[in-house]
Amino acid sequence: MKRLWILIGLFTAAATWSLPVAAHKPSDAYLRLTLEQGSADVRGEWDIALRDLDYAIGLDADNDGRLTWDEVRTRHGAIAAYALARLHLERGGAACALVPGNQLVDRHTDGTYTVLAFVAHCPRAGPLAVEYRLFADVDPQHKGLASVRDGGSVRTLVLGSDHPRATVDEGAAGAASGFLAYVRHGILHIWIGYDHILFLVSLLLPAVLVREGRGWRAVAGMRAALADVLKIVTAFTVAHSITLSLAALGVVALPSRWVESAIALSVLLAALNNVLPVARGRRWAAAFLFGLVHGFGFASVLADLGLQPGALAASLVGFNLGVEIGQLTIVAAFLPLAYLMRATWFYRRVVLVGGSGAIMLVAALWLGERLFDLKLFPV
Amino acid sequence: MKPGVAMHAVVAALLAGAAAGAGAAPRLPASGAEVLEELPWRADPQQRELRALRARLQEAPRDLVRAVEVARRYIEAGRREADPRYYGYAQAALGPWWRQTAPPPQVRLLRATLLQSEHRFPEALADLAALTAQRPDDAQAWLTRATVETVRADYAAATRSCARLSSLADELVTTACIANVGAMNGRLAASERLLAAVRARADDADKPAVDAWVLTMLAEMAQRRGAAASADARFRDALRVAPRDTYLLGAYADFLLDAGRHDEAAALLAPHARVDGLLLRHALALRAGGRARDLAPELAELAARFDAGERRGDGVHLREQARFELALRGNARRALAIARRNWDVQKETPDARILLEAALGAHDATAARPVLDWMRDARVEDVQLARLAAQFNLDGGKG
Repeated sequence: MKRLWILIGLFTAAATWSLPVAAHKPSDAYLRLTLEQGSADVRGEWDIALRDLDYAIGLDADNDGRLTWDEVRTRHGAIAAYALARLHLERGGAACALVPGNQLVDRHTDGTYTVLAFVAHCPRAGPLAVEYRLFADVDPQHKGLASVRDGGSVRTLVLGSDHPRATVDEGAAGAASGFLAYVRHGILHIWIGYDHILFLVSLLLPAVLVREGRGWRAVAGMRAALADVLKIVTAFTVAHSITLSLAALGVVALPSRWVESAIALSVLLAALNNVLPVARGRRWAAAFLFGLVHGFGFASVLADLGLQPGALAASLVGFNLGVEIGQLTIVAAFLPLAYLMRATWFYRRVVLVGGSGAIMLVAALWLGERLFDLKLFPV
Repeated sequence: MKPGVAMHAVVAALLAGAAAGAGAAPRLPASGAEVLEELPWRADPQQRELRALRARLQEAPRDLVRAVEVARRYIEAGRREADPRYYGYAQAALGPWWRQTAPPPQVRLLRATLLQSEHRFPEALADLAALTAQRPDDAQAWLTRATVETVRADYAAATRSCARLSSLADELVTTACIANVGAMNGRLAASERLLAAVRARADDADKPAVDAWVLTMLAEMAQRRGAAASADARFRDALRVAPRDTYLLGAYADFLLDAGRHDEAAALLAPHARVDGLLLRHALALRAGGRARDLAPELAELAARFDAGERRGDGVHLREQARFELALRGNARRALAIARRNWDVQKETPDARILLEAALGAHDATAARPVLDWMRDARVEDVQLARLAAQFNLDGGKG
């Protein structure tokens, strides 16, 4: 007996030692709940794997290992009864009556699922509570991945034997917090993304000056400076919003090394333009052109974060809004200082020319790094 | 331009929370005879036997002997088929004892095994520590404990656990345990020699599982020191003994990919697309072979599978997912974020390698530091890891 025990143990020990690759897939079901607008009812759609249903209640009538549509549909009543008995919905503290509807089929990565439609007649409106016990007795590792849609907002829940119960707050709290998270990411990204800041600053440095012959003089009033800043910031915003949306929605995809290199180049050129003016009065056009490139850079960050399924627009708009807020705070910090100093020799020589030179140096290093995949700066 | 250090946790949380229906579109099958699903190995005698055992357990769900037998058989099935649903069934069989603080020892050992299969290592170790304290002559408990301690890079503890095996298990198992730790811990060549010698004189004809395990281990040791021919021969020997072993297939495929033998890797893995980690390596082989048309559907399939795992919120697939992001999607920053989460959980050479590769791709030498420190402190010998680490030392000074 002892020898057998060790042998069997070794089998499982091999599993331990090898940490087996994630395989097939643990059991999941997908529960979609939609709160009816203007009524207390909830509509439901529940994708449950046929394999799991067969294990729990038996679907394979002829026991040949192949589930046909006939075998499945003769068991639709039993499937609905089994599943709905393991789902409890409550609204405003009162239990809802679950009424099964039709069943279709759909495929997920690990096989075919039944799609069970149902309606929950709830006595009154209020916060929705979900209690989920499907397969808890036959497979405690099963999880119910639920999404609750209320108008435009979507809340997601992961339910299972360790965590069977959840309450969904009324209103758009879930989506709102998701939205705010994306706004925060947008702000954070522009603040820690030095290349975006340097690009913007390079374009804004001359905004408080006017080109005169081969030199610069201070603008007369705040109004002229503001108009210039407004044009540049608007052009940059419009441009990067376009490409950010296109890339985030998967319409356009560019290699990140190309994008990152182009961003470095844009910083270099924007700063160069302050020393050897080429774009002169049309810096807004440069802001637009290169803004398109920066949009792709933002998109790669957003891709890292991932768009929230079902709340795609909210995450995209939230992130973009965050970028704009971050950008405006930079402008708000920069402009008054620059305006006050604009008439000084220090601003025109040291800040504008010296600063632009320093930016060019940094941008050139970035460009080399990104083009040739080198590592020049210690991180 | 790189996301802040704290951000990867936020990203993970955001993604983990992102759950919704994933199917294409619900449909009504055209005919009643349409086959919707093939159930796994229905005709298999082992499966029939298992069903009978399960039925017997349903008559008396609190029968400890029956429950342990069913759970153990399901764990074996899960291992054999590389299908985690069986681990869920095993857990169900242990249901009456699962949440007890101190369940009966047989249950506790299986619980630890299931916890480690979910990569819940600290919980598994807690069970194993209690178990070995209670039953110091339980060889399996010591072996599993040593294994988890190795995965967690606690080599001193793992060595102590292996030492306890010597009076309880046979020489080959004990040596394998010790050599596995030693090979990670500055004694690669000596461990390999010792294990090979003990295997050569052991009578292991009646223990194919042990032999495949030991051969795989020896192959990987040879691979780590750069002895390709020897590694290749041992991998092939191991495959003759255990042709469907998922871990072995993955390890040999990695060896072939590193050697540029991508056609062989693709052929080896072609029948195993149901297993995510093997499908990943198959896709890597297609990519290396320039077979873009075959690659596209596999990329979509892998993306869907990793997405499904992420929605569940479990971390079992992180190592493979990081590799997918880096090598097949070219997203070094996301790969790095995932590889770092993975490194927090497990610390074996493939975990170190993907983190270093992702950190190189993302130009983030700081992120690589924990792995570089681990390599130095544990005196890790591995030609691939050494090559990667050298790049950091070239680029970032001390690294």
